[in-house]
Amino acid sequence: MKKTQLYALALLVSLIGLSWAWYKWQVLQFPLSPREEVEVWSIEARLEFQGSGGPNKVRLQLPSRGPGAVPGFAVIDERLISRGYSEQVTKGKEGRQVEWVVRRASGRQVLYYRANIVRDSAESVESGEPKLLTPPKLTEVQAAAIDTIFDDVKARSADIATFTREFVREFIAEQPRDEARVLLDSLYTAEDRAQFFARALAIRSIPARVLHGMSLGEPKAFQQLQPFLQVHNGSAWVTMNISTAEESLPENFFLWTRSPRDLLLVDSDKRPKIEFAVQRNLADAVAIATRRTEVRSENLVKYSLLGLPVEMQGVYRILLTVPIGAFVMLILRNVIGFKTFGTFMPVLIALAFRETKILSGVILFTLVVSLGLLARFYLERLRLLLVPRLTSVLILVILLMSMVSVLAHQLDIPVGLSIALFPMVIMTMTIERMSIAWDERGPGTAIKEGVGTLVVASLAYMVMTWAPLEHLVFVFPELLLVLLGATLLLGRYSGYRLLELFRFRALARERDDAIKKGSANPVGGPVV
Amino acid sequence: MMNPFTIVKRLREIGLAGINERNADYVLRYNPRKFYPRVDDKVLTKRLAIEHGLPVPELYAVVREEHEIEELHAQIKDRESFVAKPAHGSGGDGILVISGRRGPKYRRANGQLMDQEDFEHHLSNTLSGLFSLGGQPDAVLIEYCVQFDPIFDHVSYKGVPDVRVIVFRGYPVMAMIRLPTRMSDGKANLHQGAIGVGIDIPTGLTRRGVWGNEPIREHPDTEHSIIGLQIPRWEELLHIAARASEMSGLGYVGVDLVLDKDLGPLILELNARPGLAIQIANGNGLVHRLKKIEAIAIPDPDPAERVAFSRREFPTL
Repeated sequence: MKKTQLYALALLVSLIGLSWAWYKWQVLQFPLSPREEVEVWSIEARLEFQGSGGPNKVRLQLPSRGPGAVPGFAVIDERLISRGYSEQVTKGKEGRQVEWVVRRASGRQVLYYRANIVRDSAESVESGEPKLLTPPKLTEVQAAAIDTIFDDVKARSADIATFTREFVREFIAEQPRDEARVLLDSLYTAEDRAQFFARALAIRSIPARVLHGMSLGEPKAFQQLQPFLQVHNGSAWVTMNISTAEESLPENFFLWTRSPRDLLLVDSDKRPKIEFAVQRNLADAVAIATRRTEVRSENLVKYSLLGLPVEMQGVYRILLTVPIGAFVMLILRNVIGFKTFGTFMPVLIALAFRETKILSGVILFTLVVSLGLLARFYLERLRLLLVPRLTSVLILVILLMSMVSVLAHQLDIPVGLSIALFPMVIMTMTIERMSIAWDERGPGTAIKEGVGTLVVASLAYMVMTWAPLEHLVFVFPELLLVLLGATLLLGRYSGYRLLELFRFRALARERDDAIKKGSANPVGGPVV
Repeated sequence: MMNPFTIVKRLREIGLAGINERNADYVLRYNPRKFYPRVDDKVLTKRLAIEHGLPVPELYAVVREEHEIEELHAQIKDRESFVAKPAHGSGGDGILVISGRRGPKYRRANGQLMDQEDFEHHLSNTLSGLFSLGGQPDAVLIEYCVQFDPIFDHVSYKGVPDVRVIVFRGYPVMAMIRLPTRMSDGKANLHQGAIGVGIDIPTGLTRRGVWGNEPIREHPDTEHSIIGLQIPRWEELLHIAARASEMSGLGYVGVDLVLDKDLGPLILELNARPGLAIQIANGNGLVHRLKKIEAIAIPDPDPAERVAFSRREFPTL
């Protein structure tokens, strides 16, 4: 494969990884750093009413769930709390509701609905077919008044949105005109007004509905849902604030329901009370993002690492950092030029350091390898064959490590050892290779390679356990594709290794001197 | 201390090949993996050399199984001297040189006596792969012990000096002679302390040497000058090297030869990843020469022509 093909492949692989990670970051809102927290609002709706002493039915409109159901937010958890009632949640075209049923209840009754809400930038689905509501019952005077207003407004407006705006303006003006005053007389609350506007617009064949929701601003103990008007202009719903005649919803508006039904309906009580309390918390961003993703699409989470049981996640947290360690080792070997024992030995040692932490790990490693070497040199005298010799060294290593652990414990030195299989076998192999190198290539080389292995292992360990990186690679494992791309890029790296510059410096110096003296050969080495 | 960027610049100017470049642009590209056994397995190398009519030390026996070790004593009882060599060894590891006998005992090149048990233990170690690349089970070659040409006695400490020629696409590119020292314990291995002395390709004369990574002009033990030595039968040696690379199937190969005082140049072994110290030994980089050879569209099928080309084009600068 030509070099350009290799680079193209590397680029492609990296782009795939980066774009998937970007999607998870921006759209699914997984956090980049481990300490990130997100706002979570806890909304509690408290219902209070009088029981009749007999059977009772309570119906409450609930916020919709599912991807994009509530614009700008997502309900990640909800609970229904009641004593002795049976509950049934149903989902209709206009929204969700819960129906509480009880056989016998008397006196004051209190029920709760609690939900946890987070921000969500999923595309919201503006649902609901435009329907004309039943026009309100008006007296002759009122009918005439509203007709006048409508004609007036029509003259001043260009489309349904502006028509509605001007219409609403008539009623919220400082000094409403007489016709408006006539109609306003019987409208006491914002809710009444909203319902009236929605129905009134049906007189002129404008489909309208009332939304209910609240602004999630500062935490408030007692809050009510506010009504907002929506009209359909033929292609989309347009929202109208009935207090300001603005075509928008307030900031942080949490849409509770679009249903035209009453928010709360209690069989036994004509005037039930409902109050909302809002509380704001900060929560771990990863947990929230996972939950949010689950709400959107169960499979996204089920088929990702976050869907694994927690113990397995722990294993993967570590496993996913291994490629990082390998990449560090790649750089240190092929670009810097460290010599090590074995291709992946340093990475395995770095993994072992996780148990022991770096300082005690290095000391322990050096100690055990040195003692192991001594033992092995003695074993050499016994002239054992290869396999029995290796086995003997392994047994000695394990005994050595146990001794060191016990001693350290007695001396109160925190070695933090957890006896894992890894370090034992690795150390045995290291001892074996080191002693062969010692015999065959001299103590200098053996020690150099031993030190090189330790240095690479330590550096790899430090990078692998850097918290932001650990977090990043677990939450965005696709970033490993970027690492793969980088590895491919280095695949044909034919430049000098840093330590080679040191090795060949004499030649460079000779040429440099020759150039300065003017006796250098333009192509090639120094003149002898 | 020169600044690293200047070092890089100067090294590029002299065409010095680093290990990454050697691997990426030459070894990976010109050495098909399937031919590696030809150079890694010395038994195979020897067989191929004999088939191609190339001179090698005579093979007395091959030991592959434990039980054959005991039988070996009888097989070689008529040989006064021989060398026991791992078939898959590298860098002189595990080579046992026996220069004589004393009754049932073997005398090693360093004068020590070795009893049969020790001898068998060494062979057994070799069979279980102690000296082989990758620790794989191995075989042992018992071959003729080269009587080295005394011409290098005064620049060598015991042991046998050998000549390494790097051959690229059949053309000799660079050469050096490796002289053992006391530090290398008689072994001609640069990593263990032998000296590498660069040889001028056209003439066969030595120009300068390297010990470790430092240039030198005299042998550290004998203190004789290592400059201006003439390698005997030089053209013949180059010719053999050029043909040896054909037999290996590898495009970038190091050919190690020894000079026997009677038999002349003999091929010891071939190397698919020849080291880079040869550049320090010669004071020249490989890359300029390699690129000149790469520019040749079709290598000349006649080895004599190829040798002639190299002698024209690659004087030590």
